[in-house]
Amino acid sequence: MTDTVLVPPHHTVPTAFTRAQLDWLPWLEPLAVEALSPRHMASLVDAARVKSPYFRLLARDPDALEARTRTDKDIFYNPDAGLPRAERELAAAATSRFNGCLYCASVHARHAATYSKREDDVQRLLDAGVTADLGERWNAIVAASVALTATPSAFGPEHVDRLRRAGLDDLAISDVIHAAAFFNWANRLMLSLGEPAAAAAP
Amino acid sequence: MRGTDADIIDALVGITPGSSLDAIRARRPEARAHAQATYRALFTPDVLGNVSAPERFAVGAFVAGLHGATAIAVGYAARLAQSGASAALKDAVDAAVKEAKTHGPYGSYPAGPLSREDTAGPVYRVGAATRGTLGPRLAAAFEHVHMLVFHPRDAAAAALQALLDAGWSTTDIVTLSQIVAFLSFQIRVVTGLRILAGRP
Repeated sequence: MTDTVLVPPHHTVPTAFTRAQLDWLPWLEPLAVEALSPRHMASLVDAARVKSPYFRLLARDPDALEARTRTDKDIFYNPDAGLPRAERELAAAATSRFNGCLYCASVHARHAATYSKREDDVQRLLDAGVTADLGERWNAIVAASVALTATPSAFGPEHVDRLRRAGLDDLAISDVIHAAAFFNWANRLMLSLGEPAAAAAP
Repeated sequence: MRGTDADIIDALVGITPGSSLDAIRARRPEARAHAQATYRALFTPDVLGNVSAPERFAVGAFVAGLHGATAIAVGYAARLAQSGASAALKDAVDAAVKEAKTHGPYGSYPAGPLSREDTAGPVYRVGAATRGTLGPRLAAAFEHVHMLVFHPRDAAAAALQALLDAGWSTTDIVTLSQIVAFLSFQIRVVTGLRILAGRP
């Protein structure tokens, strides 16, 4: 079989960062649901992800997908101290805003708004970008995430100092580093293996 | 899967047992273990499939080199040599890093209100001499890798077609993309934790 690039069906291309639900359309063929082996199913970690073309595409390398997902879950969901969930999501949203991943930014801006109840600040990050003034603690988290996202890295001791002044302990700073670093992983997969689409009207 | 290899992030950061960063990483044990498991899955998998060990490590050395992460690049270049690659291939990776290195992220958005944020930057095409050593398959990969590292928002289906045309299958492209994306994570964790460790 000769592999081919997929042409997504007609859809509305989002042209602004949004907290609205977006779809994601693959440019390469995901594994068919009926073709998934037990190993493929296990690599999805959450059985519900069988509905996602993104995860069924990544399941073509199941060991990499499973390890990716278990890394992701611990960085964002581990409840043991460190950075509050809302601010882990903020770091993810800021990284995605800076790299330009509309899909990732939509999901994690939504989570950041839900957990922080600061919808206006999250929306300001999406609308104005990573230099928006969100108050010093959030500004420090966004600045650190952005500096670490630049290639080559612009992250330095001054970012650590600023995060400490904003009240973060070293576990929380490590969480900022991991959340921003993880979205440099996620953004590159989401951006390069398919494209976002505005969700069809219900 | 091999389970007894040394933790790469710990080694690159210089984390010793009982140190404060050792304790911090221990609070996120699944992330620590599965970052390492991802490394194994992508660089020393039980089954290599169509993507050879030299291809995996050549891409690894190229990604680390593009990040200016010298110590990490040295490690991947050493593993490239151990994988049976020729000295000429290692030299070609170094040459490609010199040709391709720039600053990111840049790129364009879909036409609309975000167009005012469009930032121009180079699209990498492997030089003729370097291409001769890399061969068409790895040269196509390096051009894609450069886009993923520096201007991922310029990604397009056409870039994937170029990989398919150079002999990468759909599954190979998933593995290649994971290698680049994972290293974008690993390099940043190492960079960030090293700076945190240097600021006691």
